[in-house]
Amino acid sequence: MNMTQNLTKGFFKENPVLVLALGLCPALAVTTSITNGLGMGMASTAVLIGSSTLISVIKRFIPSNIRIPIFIVIIASFVTMIDLTLQAFLPELSKSLGLFIPLIVVNCMILGRAEAYASKNSVLKSVVDALGMGIGFTIALVLISAVREFFGTGALYGYPLFQLMGIEGFKGSIMMILPPGGFLTMGLILAFMQWNKQRKEKKKEVK
Amino acid sequence: MDFSNLVIIAISSIFINNFVLARFLGICPFIGVSKKLDSAVGMGMAVIFVMTMASMVTYFIQYYVLVPNDLQYLRTIAFILVIASLVQFIEMFMKKNMPPLYSALGIFLPLITTNCAVLGVAILNIDTVWADGRSYNFIESTWNGFTAGIGFTIALVLMAGIREKLELADLPESFKGLPIAFVTSALIAMAFLGFSGMSIL
Repeated sequence: MNMTQNLTKGFFKENPVLVLALGLCPALAVTTSITNGLGMGMASTAVLIGSSTLISVIKRFIPSNIRIPIFIVIIASFVTMIDLTLQAFLPELSKSLGLFIPLIVVNCMILGRAEAYASKNSVLKSVVDALGMGIGFTIALVLISAVREFFGTGALYGYPLFQLMGIEGFKGSIMMILPPGGFLTMGLILAFMQWNKQRKEKKKEVK
Repeated sequence: MDFSNLVIIAISSIFINNFVLARFLGICPFIGVSKKLDSAVGMGMAVIFVMTMASMVTYFIQYYVLVPNDLQYLRTIAFILVIASLVQFIEMFMKKNMPPLYSALGIFLPLITTNCAVLGVAILNIDTVWADGRSYNFIESTWNGFTAGIGFTIALVLMAGIREKLELADLPESFKGLPIAFVTSALIAMAFLGFSGMSIL
C-alpha cells in the first residue's frame, strides 16, 4: 500500500464513523451545527496525530502487558493540551463542545488506531494514517452536522440559506437538533452507505 | 442533606437526561451489546456497578487530591487512570472472591473502561451545580452515578427487546443491521424527549 492509499483509505473506504462505527458518541452529540462538527473533528484529529506519532516513536519501549494504560495516558495528555488550548483561544467552541472535549480520551477510534496501527508501523506511516483517519472522522461529522443543521435551522455553517434566497418564514424542525435527529440522521446515512455497497456488489456480479 | 434532592437527581438522570438517549454517552455499548436481551441485562448491571464505584472514587480524587494541590487541569488524566485501574481491580477481586458474579459480569468489565458514560458521569458529577451554586456532595455524586447507570440499563434493555424482534422482521435490504438500530433508537429517544417537559434542574 503506498502513501496516497494509506492517506485516503480513511476518507471513505474505511471511514471510522460511517464504516467502522467507531467514535459514535461525539459523532451524534456535538453535530448540531457544522461549526461544532468541524471543531470536534479537528480537535480529535489533532489528538489522533499527536498520540499516534508519540506511540509510534516509543513503541519499542512499551511493555506489551501494560500497553493499554500507557496508550490511555498518552492520549489523555494530548486531550488535556487540546482542552486547555481551546479554552484559551476558542472559548465559545470550547463551551459548546463542553463535556465532549475531555471525552475524546475514550473515543474508541483513537485507541483503536493506536492499538491496530501506530504500535506496529513506522512513524511516517502512522502520521499519514492518523491524518487520513482524522480527516475521515471530520468528513463524517461535517456530513451529519450539515444534514442536521440544514433541516433543523435552515442554515448551513451559520448562513441562513432560505433568507439569503429571499424566502421568509422558514422554520426548521427542532427535532433534528434534538437527540432523536442525531440518531435518525446517522441511521439514514448508514442505510445509504449500505445501499451503495450492495448496489456495487450487484454490478460486479452482473459483470 | 435533603432527601428531595436525591429524588430530583434520580428522575433527572433516569428520564430527563437519560445518558444514552438524551446525552449521547455510551452509544458504542448501546449499539454493540444490545443484540441479545440477557447480555444487555448483564452489561447494564456491570455499568451500574462501575458507575457507582467510579463516582465515589473520583469524588475523593477531585476534592482530596486535585483541589487541595491546585491540579484541576489534570482531571481528565487522573480520572481515566483511576477508572481504568478501578475496573481492573474490580475484575480481579470478583474473579477471586465472587466467582458467580464474575461469570455473569466478567466479560463486560474490560469493555467498560472505554465506555464514555463512566468518564462522563465522573466529570458531570464535578461540573453540575445546583441553583444555589453548590456542586454535588459525596452522597449526591454516588447517587447520580447509580441512577445514571439505571438509566443506561433501561435504554439498553428496551433496545435489546426491540432488536430481538427486529431480527425476524422483514426489512429493506439496506436497513438491515446498524441502520435500523439507529432509526429505532431515534424513535425511543423521541419518546424519552417527552420527559423533558418536566425539567427540574
